[in-house]
Order: sequence, then C-alpha cells, then structure tokens
Amino acid sequence: MKRKEKKTGLIFFPAFDWAISKTHPEREERLLYTQDQVFEEGLLDLDNIVEFKPGLATYEDINRCHICVPDPQSLTTHSHLISAGGAITAAQKVLQGEVDNAFALVRPPGHHAMLVAHGARGFCNINIEAVMVEYIRKNFGIKKIAIVDTDCHHGDGTQDIYWHDPDILCISLHQDGRTLYPGTGFIDDFGGPNALGATINIPLPPKTSDEGFLYVLDHVILPVLDEFQPEIIINSAGQDNHYSDPITNMCFSAQGYALLNEKLAPHIAVLEGGYSIERALPYVNVGIILAMAGLDYSYVKEPDYDPDKIRQSAETTRVIEKEARKILDMWENRTKMKEQVVGSAKFLQRKKNIYYDTDGIYEKQVETVQVCNDCGGLVMIESAADTGKKIFAVILPHRCCPECRKNGELLFERLDSGQYSNIYFQDREKDIFIAR
Amino acid sequence: MILGIDVGGTHTDSVLVENYRVKKKIKVKTDNDNIMSSLLAATRETVSGEKVSNIKRIVLSTTISTNAIVQGKTDRVGMVLQNGPGLSPRFLIHDRDAFLVSGYINNRGISIQPVNEREIKEIGEYFQKENIHQIGVAGKFSPRNPLQEIKIAEILEDNERNFSLGHRLSGQLNFPRRAATTYLNAAVHNIHHRFIREAQKFLHESNIDVPVYILKADGGTILIEQSIFYPALTIHSGPAASIMGVLATADMKEDAVALDIGGTTTDISVFADGVPLLEAAGVTIGRLKTLVRGLCTKSIGIGGDSAVRIKNGEISVGPDREGPAAALNGPVPTPTDAMIVLGLAALGSKQKALDAINSLAVQLNMDTVSMAETIMLKAAAIIADNVNLIIAEINNKPVYTIHDLLEGRVIKPLTVYVMGGPASAMAPGISNLLGYPYKIPDHSEVANALGAALSRTTAEITVLADTEKKELIISEEGIVKKIPHNFTARQAIEAGREALQARAVKMGTSLNDLEMEVTEAQEFNMIRDFYTTGKNIRAKIQIKPGLISSSPAKER
Repeated sequence: MKRKEKKTGLIFFPAFDWAISKTHPEREERLLYTQDQVFEEGLLDLDNIVEFKPGLATYEDINRCHICVPDPQSLTTHSHLISAGGAITAAQKVLQGEVDNAFALVRPPGHHAMLVAHGARGFCNINIEAVMVEYIRKNFGIKKIAIVDTDCHHGDGTQDIYWHDPDILCISLHQDGRTLYPGTGFIDDFGGPNALGATINIPLPPKTSDEGFLYVLDHVILPVLDEFQPEIIINSAGQDNHYSDPITNMCFSAQGYALLNEKLAPHIAVLEGGYSIERALPYVNVGIILAMAGLDYSYVKEPDYDPDKIRQSAETTRVIEKEARKILDMWENRTKMKEQVVGSAKFLQRKKNIYYDTDGIYEKQVETVQVCNDCGGLVMIESAADTGKKIFAVILPHRCCPECRKNGELLFERLDSGQYSNIYFQDREKDIFIAR
Repeated sequence: MILGIDVGGTHTDSVLVENYRVKKKIKVKTDNDNIMSSLLAATRETVSGEKVSNIKRIVLSTTISTNAIVQGKTDRVGMVLQNGPGLSPRFLIHDRDAFLVSGYINNRGISIQPVNEREIKEIGEYFQKENIHQIGVAGKFSPRNPLQEIKIAEILEDNERNFSLGHRLSGQLNFPRRAATTYLNAAVHNIHHRFIREAQKFLHESNIDVPVYILKADGGTILIEQSIFYPALTIHSGPAASIMGVLATADMKEDAVALDIGGTTTDISVFADGVPLLEAAGVTIGRLKTLVRGLCTKSIGIGGDSAVRIKNGEISVGPDREGPAAALNGPVPTPTDAMIVLGLAALGSKQKALDAINSLAVQLNMDTVSMAETIMLKAAAIIADNVNLIIAEINNKPVYTIHDLLEGRVIKPLTVYVMGGPASAMAPGISNLLGYPYKIPDHSEVANALGAALSRTTAEITVLADTEKKELIISEEGIVKKIPHNFTARQAIEAGREALQARAVKMGTSLNDLEMEVTEAQEFNMIRDFYTTGKNIRAKIQIKPGLISSSPAKER
C-alpha cells in the first residue's frame, strides 16, 4: 500500500514513579518496555515524529466534564493531571497545526471514569478523553467529535459522560460484557433519548482476532463515521485486546492494531488499558505510532506472533457478521427509534448502581433527562454513595435550547441543598461550574 | 608541563601549560590535506627552547577522522546488522556491503532467535572476496545482551579483520544510531590508526615519552593507544575542545552560556553548575545520527563576517558569509565593518568600512553611526534569541517521572562567556539583551588547545540487572554475569562503579579524577500474573566532563 507520511506528535509519559499499588497492573513498570522499544527503534529521530512534554490539566478542565465528589482536588493526584494534561497537549499540537496527528502515550487511563465520580473505578479516576474533548470544544470551536474506544473493556465512563450528547459519537468495541469487566456495553445501549445513535456498542466474542476487529471497522465503524462526519476522530487506544493480555481473552495483534489505526486515521490517540507490558505493548505501540505517521509497519511483529494460532473460529466470524448487520440497521433507523423509546414522556429516568472496584465504593444514582428535540436535554442527577456523600447535579448541554436552560437554571436556584452534601451546576455551553 | 594541541579547520593552536598557567601559545595555519604536518609544525614551534623532559602529558584534538568522512576517504566496511522486528530496515545506513541477518534479542535482553552460523559464514566469504577488512556488527537491543554480536564476530574472526561491535561503543538504546556509530568506527579505524602511529613516531624521535591523549567529542580524553578501539568517539572533538576551553579559562561553577563567535558562525553551549551539557542521544556527523556521546553545541549562521543586507526595508545579518569584511576588501558590509565604524575594532581600511556601512545607511535614511549601531544590535538580538531558544528547548525536554516533571532541574544561566574575535565588541549588547552579565575569558584565542590540554578522562557505563533472568549486563565493557535473585540496586551500582573505574583506568584516567556520578538509577518490580518475579534495575554511571584536578582526589 502506498502511504503518505504524516507528521505525528508523541506525548510520552510513562510515570515511572507512580502506581495504584505495588503489584497492581497499573504500576511503574507498565510502559518500561514500550519506552525501550520506542527508543531502540529510533522513532524519535525520524523527521516526521516529534515528542512533546505533557502539560498539566487544571481542575477547571476536569469540572467541564465531571461532577467530582466532593471536588476534583480530592479525587486526583498529579499523575491524573499529567495524564489528562498529556491528552490535552496532544489535542493542542494537532489543532494548532503543529502536527497532523498525535498519540498521548500516557498513564493512568480514564475511560471508566463516569460523569459523577466518587472515586476510582477500573483503574480510572478521571476520564482523560472527556477532559480533552471538553478542552477542544471550549478552545477550538469544534462541534462534532467521534471517540472510537478500542480498549478491550467497554468504555462505560466515556459513554456515561456523553450519553445525552448528540454531537459526540462514542463507539466502543470490546469483549462481550457477559465475559469481562465492566459487564456492560451491549448493542441496545444506543444513547439517551435525545442522542440516539450517538452511542454505539460493538461487543465482540472472546477470541476475536484481527479479522473480526477489522470486519467491524470496515462494516460498522467507518460507514457510521462517514455519515456522522466528525471534525475530529479520537482513538481511545486500549491495547488489551492483544492475544497475550493477562486480564482479557481476545486475539488481536500488533499488525491488527496498526492496520486499524491506519484505516481509522484518528487525529488523536490516547492510551487506555493494556497490561501485557512485555509481550504486547512494545510492539503494539510501535505499530500504532508508525501507522499514524504513515510509515511502513510491516516489520512490527511480536516475537511469538503466529496468525494461524490465534485466528478466530468460523462461528465467531458468523456471530460478528450478524451483529454488525444488526448494529448498522439500528444506526440507519436511529431517528425513527426516538418515538418508540420516548412515547409521550416529558422526562426519562435511568437508575444506576455503580461499583467502584478500584476504591471499593458503591453508588446509587438516579439520572433524569428532559426529552427535547432541540438539544441534548437538561440532565439532573441524584447520587448517593456508601461514603455517606449524597449529591445533586444539574447539567446543561452544549447548544442548550432556551427551555432546557430556563428549567435547569430555575431548578438549581430553587434547589434545597439541605439533604445533600453538595449540589452542582454544570453549564457545558457557557462553561460555568458552580458547586455549593 | 602539559602540551595541548588543537587542529582546527583553519588554525592549529598549541599551548604549553605550566602549573595551570599558559606558558606559551602558538597558532599556525592548518593544511587540511596534511593535518599531520600542521600538528608537527605547531608542536615543534611550541617545544622549541623548552626542556622536553618537563612535559608530563600531551593532549591532541584533531579533525583527521572528521575530514576523512567529509572528503569520503574512509574505508569500505562490511556491516552485519540484526534488525529483528520493528522499524523497517530502510531507515538503517545503506551501503552495498551491509547485510541484514537473522537472529535477535528482545527488549528484556532475551535471545529470541539465534545467530545463523551458515548465513554469517557466507557473508564472511563475500568480505574475503571483496577484500573488506573492517567489519561492523550491530544488533537491535545488543546493549541488553551483547552475546549475539560477540558470536557473529567470533564466526567471522580472522587475523586480517578488525571488528567494531555496537554494544562496545554505547550502552544507549537506539538501533539506527548504533548501526551508524558502528559503521563510522570501522570506517575511520585505519585513518585513525595511521595518525596515531605517525604521532608516536614523531614523539619517539623527539625523545618525548609521556602519556599522549586524544580528545573525544564529549570533552574527555582517552589514551591514544586505547582510542584505536573507539575512533568514532574522537570524531567531532572540535566543538568539545572549544567548550572545554571555556572551562579552562573561566572559573565557572554556575549555570551559564558560552558563545564562540567566529567569522561565519557562532557556537552556543550551555553549562549546568559549571558542567557542560551533553547531547541527549549523540552527535550528528555529516548526515549520520550517532550514539557518540558529545557536548551539546548549536551552531548558528552569524559571525563577524556575516553578510549584512537590507530586505524589504529591514536589516538582515547572515546567515551566510560572502567573504571577509568590506574593510578587508570583502564584497558586502559585515558586522566587523560596523565595529570598525564604531571604533570597537581596528583592522583593514576604516574608509572602506565607513563606505560600506554608509551604502546601507542612505537606503534607510540613517546616518552611518546609527546604521552601525543598528547592525550591532541586530546581530546581538539574533544571538540572544537563539540562546533563549536553546535554554527553553533544554528546559522543555521530555521527562518520564512525575518528580522530574514537577520539580525537574531548570537551567537558569547567570553568566554569558563570550569568546572569539568579535567577543569584546559584541558581548555587552548580547549580555544586555539576555539580562545577565558577560565575561570574556583570557587566552580565548587558544582556548581550544588549552581546553584539550586540561580535560580529564571521561567514561560512561550502562548497568542492567534483571533478577528474574538473574543476569547483570554492562554493555560497554561486554560484561554478562550471573547474579542471585536477591541482587539489589545498591549492588548493581557498586558493580557499575567497579566496571567504570576499570574502563576509565584503561582509558588513562588519573586516580585523582575518578569522580563518578550516577546519572540514572531506576528500579522496577517485575510482576507477572500478580506476583513479583524479580527486579529490573537500570543505572548509568559516568565520569563527567571536567578539568584534571590539581588537588588530591576528593572522597567519592
């Protein structure tokens, strides 16, 4: 294939002095061999690959997409601010035109962090992609963004933050939730009533190999992106679909990851999970970097790579093809679907029980959205955690319609804060955040 | 007494140093077609009338290998490269005598695919047929396990052949650079060797029997008989001589910037606590990016002879030189002419300088003196802007720990040291723009030779201890040793210090100068399937560039 070389920015921050705990997969050693491989290949000497130092995200950046309980200061350490800051740096370099695309190879990850955050879940405290997306919207006037989550785990945090946002398309492909944490991300999860189709889930059977991933890329993801026409594509680039990953069951390879990134052509890639730190990450990361830079990646192969040994079964292929057809069918009928979902309701409610596995917190949440044909809709959240914290949040979407705005502002003004430890007002359109 | 000689592109400088004071200094023109003759001429003139037996040490800095590379006079090199998986080999050096072979080591230093003996033997037959005697062997991740490179050399071993092995030249990771460095080391081996033999012959004939050192690109010295193994490390020693010259002539302890303002270019170097900074990866020689450790210097196109022009109503200075100053019958006005007009320099014809500057002044409706001042200000601004840019680049260098990101060392220069012909005329303007004071060191006209004379021996080693593999590797010394499972970081550093001392002593260090510094030390718990299986310990230890000590060894 004839490739065009691109200028690629690399924000590499392995945080060699930070771990969740001593033996946790999210530990100091995680990107050690990746760094070795990137250095040894001499990637940073190539004319079209430039390395940048990450900036630090601010608490204001976090407050644009999260309701941190009680506040972002209590939920984050420097490591999280650097990791999100690295994603922001990647966005800045791309959108200021310094590079064509950029890869934030940072840790810790973020895609399990939901809109309301009481603590860490799935190794994530804050959602680094969402922090970056809101930074992009505020600073670069970009309206439509697609996030393609290629981590093996359902990107439930990102989905939650953008569930009601018709302008942010969240596509997650992942190992079937019946067989893996966090146990969600089925195809029926298709976005809130005002944003149907802006959330797309593609669960894949265990043992899916390159063929299956590339099939859904070609037959679902690329056609959907083509129609959605995002101004920017972000790859939430987890690397735990790899056949050697210790905590998942998939059969994706470095070659597959590289080809996927070449075809998807993300403007920004942000590292998520991936814990086969020695056998997979060095090769997958080099493959992704080369693919983004438009360079030959055909020599990037894991030492034990044998495509025949990991190839998916015919049954898996059949399941994936059938599912792809179904998802595409839903996508094509997404506008008609609203009537069916909403009926005559003015408000719709979701009740969620959320477990924070990393911090051991249990949260009960009731989320109410105003049905609206003009915007993403006013969102109201009541959330109580077994930490004793109970909060209420009012969230106004981007491009908020006058009615939702009026209702939201009035509600927050009249809200009796007595029974809550904190109440929050997040106006995504006007970039106002109030905590009381 | 110490004799220091620097063979530069235009001049060969020579100094005789006694009790750390310059006793005699000589400058002769360099004959680039016969560098040896320039070196001998300078030496003869310097030692004439001196008591030769008082000379205790000689240090040379030459461009002999650099010139050979530039002029394409290097030897054919048979290269054996183990690319392994990763980047396409098209990014490696290209040469008709380079062969990609099977076998490779992974990022942990584990041999994944063995060397194919038959394949190597066939390549050996080609080298034989083509009469290639300089052989370079470089493998991906060889500093993590040098055994495959060693094995390939063993298979190719032959009395006629000379080997350059990648892992011996640097412990740093960067395979394309390792391949290039190995190639250069082999390519200049003969030229370097011949130079050493001639130098030794001359010294023998002159009855001088003292240690003779050669300057490396990192500003350190190495005994010439040892330099035969590492000729690549001596390429590009010119800028190092100049930087070490600043140290030798200025008593520097602070963060600082040094400028060497020449006719065509200005070289900028940076010091942290009085220690010159090294290039992060290695120096670039010609088009080749290498792992040769070198002092960090940036050359910008501005100097006393830079062409001054008016473009779109604006004055531009440099980046090119069209000839000497107008005062010396050059074709265009230059900063030197401006200096002459302002009475800051006196050479050539003052009238010609005035005429040249005036020719610009009338175009912008200015008087001659204001024009000369404007040119000086512009030249100073270009230099100051570049200095600030370099400092910002250094301070923005990516780091990989939270600690370094939040509290990393920031360079804040307190002094600018200015050398070169236009130093005194230009220093005040530059210093004013930079906002810190300037100093003009003594003897700056022979600073390079003085820098060479007083530089200490430098060396560096890279330690990797992997307690899961139970192996200790010190690449530069080719050490592969079994270690127990409970080996500690402290023990790894201790082993590193021993190896570094042995290496430095071989290279000719004086025990007084064995000031070792651990520049990197990291320790990672290796966890597989939630169990700790070992430790991955990494350290780099160096003897940093500096001057030979006049005092007894400090406690280390």
